[in-house]
Amino acid sequence: MEKTRPLWANPLQFVFACISYAVGLGNVWRFPYLCQMYGGGSFLVPYIIMLIVEGMPLLYLELAVGQRMRQGSIGAWRTISPYLRGVGVASVVVSFFLSMYYNVINAWAFWYLFHSFQDPLPWSVCPLNGNRTGYDEECEKASSTQYFWYRKTLNISPSIQENGSVQWEPALCLILAWLVVYLCILRGTESTGKLEQLANPKAWINAATQIFFSLGLGFGSLIAFASYNEPSNNCQKHAIIVSLINSCTSIFASIVTFSIYGFKATFNYENCLNKVILLLTNTFDLEDGFVTTNNLEQVKIDLASAYPDKYSEVFPQIKNCSLESELSTAVQGTGLAFIVYTEAIKNMEVSQLWSVLYFFMLLMLGIGSMLGNTAAILTPLTDSKVISSHLPKEAIAGLVCLINCAVGMVFTMESGNYWFDIFNDYAATLSLLLIVLVETVAVCYVYGLRRFESDLQSMTGRSLNWYWKIMWAGVSPLLIISLLIFYLSDYILTGTLQYQAWDASQGQLVTKDYPTYALAFIGLLVASSTMCIPLVALGTFVLHRLKHGDTAPVA
Amino acid sequence: MAKAALSGGWIFFPRLPCVFYWERMFWLLFFLVPAIHTQLCQPDGENAFKVRLSIKTALGDKSYVWDTNEEYLFRAMVAFAMRKVPNRETTDISHVLLCNVTKRVSFWFVVTDPLKNHTLPAAEVQSAIRMNRDRINNAFFLNDQTLEFLKIPSTLAPPSDPATPIWIIVFGVIFCIVIVAITLLILSGIRQRRRSNRGPSESLQILLFTQENGVHPIFFSAEASHSYQVLVK
Repeated sequence: MEKTRPLWANPLQFVFACISYAVGLGNVWRFPYLCQMYGGGSFLVPYIIMLIVEGMPLLYLELAVGQRMRQGSIGAWRTISPYLRGVGVASVVVSFFLSMYYNVINAWAFWYLFHSFQDPLPWSVCPLNGNRTGYDEECEKASSTQYFWYRKTLNISPSIQENGSVQWEPALCLILAWLVVYLCILRGTESTGKLEQLANPKAWINAATQIFFSLGLGFGSLIAFASYNEPSNNCQKHAIIVSLINSCTSIFASIVTFSIYGFKATFNYENCLNKVILLLTNTFDLEDGFVTTNNLEQVKIDLASAYPDKYSEVFPQIKNCSLESELSTAVQGTGLAFIVYTEAIKNMEVSQLWSVLYFFMLLMLGIGSMLGNTAAILTPLTDSKVISSHLPKEAIAGLVCLINCAVGMVFTMESGNYWFDIFNDYAATLSLLLIVLVETVAVCYVYGLRRFESDLQSMTGRSLNWYWKIMWAGVSPLLIISLLIFYLSDYILTGTLQYQAWDASQGQLVTKDYPTYALAFIGLLVASSTMCIPLVALGTFVLHRLKHGDTAPVA
Repeated sequence: MAKAALSGGWIFFPRLPCVFYWERMFWLLFFLVPAIHTQLCQPDGENAFKVRLSIKTALGDKSYVWDTNEEYLFRAMVAFAMRKVPNRETTDISHVLLCNVTKRVSFWFVVTDPLKNHTLPAAEVQSAIRMNRDRINNAFFLNDQTLEFLKIPSTLAPPSDPATPIWIIVFGVIFCIVIVAITLLILSGIRQRRRSNRGPSESLQILLFTQENGVHPIFFSAEASHSYQVLVK
């Protein structure tokens, strides 16, 4: 008797789970950045093409696999071919890495949320220095929002080598974040999840990448979700719906982000002008209010001719304020979420309200992502009879959360943000591309496209459209291979990897090289997930050889 | 006669040849005092402070014009501040000298001793001004940013720091809610498992309950699958 698998109450719940998994922080802080870097509206062209050619087919493939095999990622791939269990293991490993560092973002969001209940907002004013005659030096050189992020929240060290100690405030917030995730797993609501990153030129590469990671392919979360579907579920329709909604959310988020950029740029531009006006007024003892933004240029010319010596003295301090240069400062990632947005919020009316709403939204997106990730880890674990016979579900979930929380304490150290960036940039990028490539090839060529097609037809009652067949068998694998080649060659050509470190004395970011042990760690990160695939295949092959004479290992 | 000389008037011409030493000294002083007077107050002079006012920025439409009357008030305020310093209670308005008034409005000032031959040390003036900064600001409807004494740093008001930071309170509230919710869910899960172990009919109800309400599979899958097996048997 086949053990019945729990099911979604209705198809809508499944769709919502997938949407909330796919829509996450990347929609808010990665997509608008890409739009800005690659020509604004024209970025939509490669984005939509990649969505149709790469995103939807791969999403449909993962959902179909999950729905057909009715198991988590490890079990599903073992069903397709015993040698390919490594793909599922690799997915779980990558999800594990992701959940380790992703929840730190939620911890930061909690931190900011709790600090939003103050008047004035703590990131809108600089603290005073020792003898209360002025503001803190670091805060003066940078800005109050940057100071609050780098000093008060992260207490960041000047480089990755200086580890410092675990900061108890972010550590508390991290513990709370994991408790909330655990609560949601127990409660078992719709999950949300997503991930993105990478940094490289070429709009098409980035469009392809953005679609790929935006949909959360390769983590096993989608397979896990789909495995709880009724066999007759129309996952083709759902795949299209989920990918379209994900893209629409990205576009909507860009509109909001661009208006925030505009607000911030205008504000900074006006500030810059006022500073120049004050400098000129004070240096030349002009009448207060004589120099305005309208006559500033004329006044500068007049002063230069009338008092050439004095003007040349003060000239280095006069900055050329330009709205374009303010607008062109594009930021992504945590910098956008925690510095740029907070700077815009602090200048709004009723800033506490906007702040609470904004960080609540970030938390919703982030916790949703986390639930998808933990589902990707827990489903294979609970499917495995070995583990689930010894421990109840709550204990497995609790153990996973505890391990992740303990490892996550590394990110609350003073150098934690640098390690966070390492994980963010390298833990999931190359490995996911490889995983999805192997998935596509496995389904089409190892399992057999015709066999899969007839499975789906008997399951859902609908025949497979030729479009999907062409995409799965040909176009999508080719695209992924070209992406892989591009990224590998880019990594090799760039040589040593660098990172941005915060310099407290200058009040800005500086570029530094990674030390050797950090580079080794990055290599280990990438290798530990990608090597699962060949190693497990090899192991299965060896085991099969040892039982020489038996039939092929039973699924 | 001495008073008239001090006011800088050239009323008395020397009628007698200066045969007496003291008379000569007197006339020397008579000519020198105005010179010293101007020399005491000089931009970047010793113990001199520059003051900068931004009246239009502070008051906008309600701004007043800076004229000699306002200067008089300023000198009065500085003299008032100095009078609060021990040993300087006799400071008079005439001891405060202003010079180099610009359109900005900015000027330099010094405080001299009663004999007007040297300026008071900068440290004394600085501490006196700092003690009475509020009163001086209020006299002109300005604040620390719009009435600037360069080289005299103002004491900034620290932001209000409550004894327990507010964020810890909010954190504590949410933390407790989450812990309570987790405990309740775990306890109810254990209770449900014990109930399903007891009897099949009850577990059938549980199965129907979970299916209808669409609670997430991860948590209830053991119960559901177990109870289904029981039913089939």
